[in-house]
Amino acid sequence: MVGNAVEVAGLVVDRGDRRVLHGLEFAVPHGEVTGLLGPSGCGKTTLMRSIVGVQRLTAGTVTVLGLPAGSRALRDRLGYVTQAPSVYDDLTVTENLVFFARVLGAPAGRVEHCLELVGLEGHRHQLVRRLSGGERSRVSLAVALLADPPVLVLDEPTVGLDPVLRRELWRTFHELAGSGAAVLVSSHVMDEASRCDRLLLMRDGRLIADDTPARLLQRTGAIDVEGAFLALVAEDVGPAQAGARP
Amino acid sequence: MRARTTLAVALRVLTQLRRDRRTLAMLVVLPCVMLVLLWWMFQGTGLGPGFDSLGPPLLALIPFIVMFLVTSVTTLRERTSGTLERLLAMPMGKADFLLGYALAFGLMAAVQSVFAVAVCVGLLGMGVAGSVWTLLVVAVLDAVLGTALGLFVSAFAQTEFQAVQFMPALVIPQILLCGLFIARHAMPGVLHAVSDVLPLSYGVDAMQQVAGSTASGQAWADVGVVVAWIAVCLGLGAATLRRRSA
Repeated sequence: MVGNAVEVAGLVVDRGDRRVLHGLEFAVPHGEVTGLLGPSGCGKTTLMRSIVGVQRLTAGTVTVLGLPAGSRALRDRLGYVTQAPSVYDDLTVTENLVFFARVLGAPAGRVEHCLELVGLEGHRHQLVRRLSGGERSRVSLAVALLADPPVLVLDEPTVGLDPVLRRELWRTFHELAGSGAAVLVSSHVMDEASRCDRLLLMRDGRLIADDTPARLLQRTGAIDVEGAFLALVAEDVGPAQAGARP
Repeated sequence: MRARTTLAVALRVLTQLRRDRRTLAMLVVLPCVMLVLLWWMFQGTGLGPGFDSLGPPLLALIPFIVMFLVTSVTTLRERTSGTLERLLAMPMGKADFLLGYALAFGLMAAVQSVFAVAVCVGLLGMGVAGSVWTLLVVAVLDAVLGTALGLFVSAFAQTEFQAVQFMPALVIPQILLCGLFIARHAMPGVLHAVSDVLPLSYGVDAMQQVAGSTASGQAWADVGVVVAWIAVCLGLGAATLRRRSA
């Protein structure tokens, strides 16, 4: 597919009387894993909700696969995993997947395939209520994969998972990207940055970097992404603070 | 509107109910126990209006109240758990969602009403001049009315505590004014006029018509009003489902 999967221009979002996003501009390409990194509360979730089309925008445009975010035609072409797992606690893993597969009109075989993708084959008949937090978020991830969507928006999908599993999930994200999907993954853990093809660094509702991990390190002279983040913040905040001094 | 998604929602809600054995048992057993209690209270007293005249209104009230509570709490849970937002970001019509719920709870209400009517007519010997089948249809429609109203008001509650408070706000006034305590035409003019607008008045009127007379014309006219109210509540409910939020 040509062009970008997601294009964001002049995006401003206010929640209540607080401005959460301050005029963002960026694109998410096909076939890559793009990491959205930044501290808690910097606006990652609001940005992701804007791309999914469930967030009311104050200004700007969000285009997904050439259509305005939230368009009817996008509803089975975008997979979204919220931070808190959005699945039914009182149903089993399989019952959850079968239900969402029916809603999406996905073929029945996808349920089994997605169970394997997230490594939950052994838990298929367990009630979601009885699963651990990490297992629950994997059920939620499996639901997002059901329709084999060309765009995946994943809000902190690896939080609290054991390192082995985390590595496997990242491998899955790269496989999905390898088959052409645009994968946008958020995290507040900076060490996950090295696993991404591209990085969007975010702070206080603004993007402070949009680059590959290697170029970001080169540009800032830092040894890791956390260092690069600090360097960029210092660069950004420095002049403003200097100006504010009497 | 699509049958596929409507049925998927209905099946899912029924699976959840099947898991919750205690709620299921209470839905079926409690109305019967209350009706037996009502019958027993009048035994040998020769006082008051008697079971034959109070039984039919209660057959309308109980399924209405129970389904109102069950539905408003269940839908609220769906709204707060994030699953509703997830569904609305999928190819799921708002009407599909509401009708799926109405279908599942309507079916539950039918089972509940079959038991309640069987106990009243078969076991306790309640006199029914009209058709017992019509009585059953009216009972089921009253339950669906409760479901539709519950779906609508769940939009205005942020917590389960608030949802339950809608019972004294919206249900108890209807019980007071439905003609159970004083015939509606004998009430002060203003209250009579108010009772003419409230849906439960027609549910109870229909019940009394079927139980008290063999002519079914008036009962069906009342049923028509109840059905119209169901449609209005579902329409209002659909209007409260938002794909985008601030």
